[in-house]
Amino acid sequence: MINEGVDRHKRRFLTSALTVVGAVGSGYLAVPFLSQMAPSTKAMAASAPVTVDISKMEAGQMLRVEWRGKPVWVLNRTQAVLDTLKTLDSQLSDPFSNESEQPTSSKNPTRSIRPDIFVAVGLCTHLGCSPTFRPEIAPHDLGEKWQGGFFCPCHGSWFDLAGRVYQGVPAPTNLEIPPYRYVTDNQIIIGDDEAEAMEVKA
Amino acid sequence: MKSNRAANFGNWILERMPLSNLWNDHMAHYYAPKNFNFWYFFGSLALLVLVNQFLTGILLTMNYKPDAKLAFDSVEYIMREVHWGWLVRYMHSTGASAFFVVVYLHMFRGMMYGSFKHPRELIWIFGMLLFVALMAEAFMGYLLPWGQMSYWGAQVIISLFSAIPVIGEDLSLWVRGDYVVSDATLNRFFAFHVIAIPLALVMLVLLHIMALHEVGSNNPDGVNIKKLKDENHIPLDGIPFHPYYTVKDIVGVAVFLFFFATVIFYMPEMGGYFLEHANFIPADPLKTPEHIAPLWYFTPFYAILRAVPDKFAGVIGMGGAIVVLFLLPWLDRSPIRSIRYRGGLYKKALLLFVISFLALGYLGTQPATPLATTFARLFTVIYFGFFLLMPLYTRWEKSKPLPTRVTHTPTLEERIPVFIATFKEMTVSQPITTKNGTTLLSRRPDLTGIINVTIRLAKKLKDSLD
Repeated sequence: MINEGVDRHKRRFLTSALTVVGAVGSGYLAVPFLSQMAPSTKAMAASAPVTVDISKMEAGQMLRVEWRGKPVWVLNRTQAVLDTLKTLDSQLSDPFSNESEQPTSSKNPTRSIRPDIFVAVGLCTHLGCSPTFRPEIAPHDLGEKWQGGFFCPCHGSWFDLAGRVYQGVPAPTNLEIPPYRYVTDNQIIIGDDEAEAMEVKA
Repeated sequence: MKSNRAANFGNWILERMPLSNLWNDHMAHYYAPKNFNFWYFFGSLALLVLVNQFLTGILLTMNYKPDAKLAFDSVEYIMREVHWGWLVRYMHSTGASAFFVVVYLHMFRGMMYGSFKHPRELIWIFGMLLFVALMAEAFMGYLLPWGQMSYWGAQVIISLFSAIPVIGEDLSLWVRGDYVVSDATLNRFFAFHVIAIPLALVMLVLLHIMALHEVGSNNPDGVNIKKLKDENHIPLDGIPFHPYYTVKDIVGVAVFLFFFATVIFYMPEMGGYFLEHANFIPADPLKTPEHIAPLWYFTPFYAILRAVPDKFAGVIGMGGAIVVLFLLPWLDRSPIRSIRYRGGLYKKALLLFVISFLALGYLGTQPATPLATTFARLFTVIYFGFFLLMPLYTRWEKSKPLPTRVTHTPTLEERIPVFIATFKEMTVSQPITTKNGTTLLSRRPDLTGIINVTIRLAKKLKDSLD
């Protein structure tokens, strides 16, 4: 029969060798298959910078612009808001933004380059909903503690008007600040590589 | 001569294909216990809904465009301009919800009668895999209309992956194919929704049924019908699946279609539970709707996610709620299958589980107020308590003696005299004189009778829970 005079050792070796070669081959084939699902070069290239004109912004006004398909907020904060921000540290989970994502130019108490102009990615760091802008103080639905900020309708996270997250809410970190720089006094460019490059030098 | 030719053709096929074996093994000579009740409709109904989803789904792909710029309008085009497009689309969207109704009842049947227990563990595992595949199918299908809820629902669920330490961010980027939910995401979800997952569903259904027909069906008494066989090796309590259960299932189908058609024609949105209101607004990546909630069939798990105050732990809790279901055959240590002969502990535990599942389902549809979150935490503890304490309380429970044969279920005809007797006990007949002078016997409610019947029913309920 087929088992007569067979070198079993050799047969086992050939079987395992073939299995290993097959597995390595499948592994190589998996690379193009899996990479297919990663963002395409076009999607990666589409992260073009956005220019925002802030000359016509009134105090307290917020602009929403789209950058890399994400909402980016540009908020003109009043002096009253900036004063309130200083009093909130004890209620925040990361008041000095040590655990959060921002360019070094924005790692300061107001989380911005210019204190009055606040720029942030408008997506909650919990599960990516876009929080609503609620500048009013102690509104009926949010209660007396509300000092003006951003409220996420999905899972109830609280952020102050510097995008810093409050304690005891699901969001783990402060809102992300995108890389941006001032071209002129009244023009911001968001997501510019040069802004990031300058940051590395600084 | 003609019939001879047809028979010849039939034989030509049968000599080349094991069709008659297949038919006999799974239909004509598959012996199912004779005491199936209405809970046993839901398996075949799930198959019916699957066929409905396939047929309507194929028709929908003929007019739908998986493109972020065109998707929303193409669904409106199907609803308004394609002949009978509204019907096909509502059959598909209602079918998705009906699928979960039927599957949840089917799973509850298994938990009641111990259908997941030895030797049917593998059937339960295949069933759970089907459930997970079905959830993936429903989730991906819900992105396709590209409305506000589609968009932000997908954004939240894909972000769940980003909670995984180290690889999370890259993984969610890989799933989306872009930095945000976009055209790339829509296109791949379309591919998964119409090709990959339906194929997996069909294969899992085959495995589920193959495993079932290998060990045989369980029954409401949970006794093994294969122990007692007649001289032809046919179980004494078994009847052939065809024609007995095929015909019985037609009755179930008729009742199901009555409800299904009512929803399709009179309440296709089901008050925002089957099709959410915010999904009639095209997706806007810059603005999240005021209140977002998943579709009703995901809300129990969503409520668990929200109840946990930590991002990663919340995701673990949500996943864990599904993983514990897989482990059910090994968590339950009672040798008795059916709830009819199990001790009161399991009955009470199952009741608590059903209450917490429904309550979590409701809370998941509501905004996360502090009070709602407190309740959600309480019910999450009960949900996990039911499973994780099961190895203990199922060992302590005192079960009742198991019959050797399946028991006889009273038919409607047998129940009618009991109903009449109860009705008579609860009422008293009094002669009354009508306006034109004739005397009639009139039945009026009798308070003492009603109290007696209520006490008897309460005692019966207490007995059955002990």
